[in-house]
Amino acid sequence: MIKVDIRRKAFGGEEILRDIRFTMDASETIAILGASGIGKSTLLRLIAGIDPAFEGEIIRPDKIGMVFQEPVLLPWRSAVENLTLVHPQLGTEAALSALERVGIVDKARLFPGQLSLGQQRRLALARAFAGRPDLLVMDEPYVSLDPRTAEEMLALTEALIAETGPAVILVTHSESEAQRLARRCLRLAGRPATIASDLATTSTLLSRGMHQDRA
Amino acid sequence: MSKTLQRPALVRASSPGLLLLLWIVAAKLTADASVLPQPWALLAPFAEAAASGVLPYHLGMTLWRVVCAFVPAMAIGAALGFLMGRIPAVDQWLDPWLVVFLNLPALVLIVLCYLWIGLNETAAIIAVVLNKIPNVATILREGARALDSNLDAMAKVYRMRPLARLRHVVMPQLAPFIAGAARSGIAVIWKIVLVVEFLGRSSGIGFQIHFYFQLFDVAMVLVYALSFIGVMLLVEALLLQPSERRIRRWRTV
Repeated sequence: MIKVDIRRKAFGGEEILRDIRFTMDASETIAILGASGIGKSTLLRLIAGIDPAFEGEIIRPDKIGMVFQEPVLLPWRSAVENLTLVHPQLGTEAALSALERVGIVDKARLFPGQLSLGQQRRLALARAFAGRPDLLVMDEPYVSLDPRTAEEMLALTEALIAETGPAVILVTHSESEAQRLARRCLRLAGRPATIASDLATTSTLLSRGMHQDRA
Repeated sequence: MSKTLQRPALVRASSPGLLLLLWIVAAKLTADASVLPQPWALLAPFAEAAASGVLPYHLGMTLWRVVCAFVPAMAIGAALGFLMGRIPAVDQWLDPWLVVFLNLPALVLIVLCYLWIGLNETAAIIAVVLNKIPNVATILREGARALDSNLDAMAKVYRMRPLARLRHVVMPQLAPFIAGAARSGIAVIWKIVLVVEFLGRSSGIGFQIHFYFQLFDVAMVLVYALSFIGVMLLVEALLLQPSERRIRRWRTV
């Protein structure tokens, strides 16, 4: 189980987050929505353990994967090395399989600068899933992609989540992305930001309804 | 400017030729070989000094001192600069020192080292190292400040091991700064080494220049100075540029 209990997070004197509390089960997917600049990415950085400076407690698994807003790759290492250096336990064969799964195995020896943005995103996705994370944190992973590539990436993410089954926290602006990937939607509002609502997504409600119908 | 005159290969070949031409014209106008000899007038004394073994010996001594000063100056300067760029408290404490040492004339440090330590090799090397550390630290501090915070976050999330992080995340980002510090460093260090030798050593290019300065032998001063410039150009072409090209390979593919 993942438990988030943030009493307060401030930058300098400015309080950004207050009383953010929620728990989530293994394999559960939560979307975090809210206006730009509200503190969604800050919250994600706290959850991922990047920023330890806050008041409160976060219980998270050891194995975390993260997909950033930008691909954040090592531009001086080849695509396959971007997997093997970050996950040293991964052999070259497994790394190539991970690249094959996201459709860029033919680009394995190229540097990230030689890949298109869509291919870089796929590489970042492969890196996140290659470590078999227990928690996957995604910070607006489809931003700045054209609609077709975004749709492809969304479908690929869905499939990879279904295959590997991590708990997922997804920050997004897109209601449709949230509805499609997540079971729950947390909406941040106010300043400092707090959880304004914590609701099941339509897809969850529909599936529950279907279960009830079947029952 | 026409496109022909902007071709890199043509420029590389023409630029030194132009310098040589300027020298020839200046020597012609001076019309006094004891003040400025023609370039070809240096060939005979160069050959003689090289054949006697005196020139290679002094070249070797200077090169040895350059290496002895370059390695610790780069290592200490890079470590200090990195810490100053990464840890604000260290920067706050050491920045005033850096300003003092950056503004301290090389000559003052050399004289003080000779006075405090004695006219020996240790003092000579320490004087050069102390002169160079602040420059290296300043360049590397900028490099450390420019490190990509997103890559830092990525390395942290994926729990990359400290050595792997240093080798694959930090060092490639610092490489251009290290290369810049090394190239400017080696150029500055050999000039300071010459001053050190001029003032207080009995070997090296600086010592020989001092010797021929007293004899007012401009030709031999030029022979020794140009010989070492030649060595440094070789170091640049055979060591520094290839390693820099290798480091920057990912940018150019």
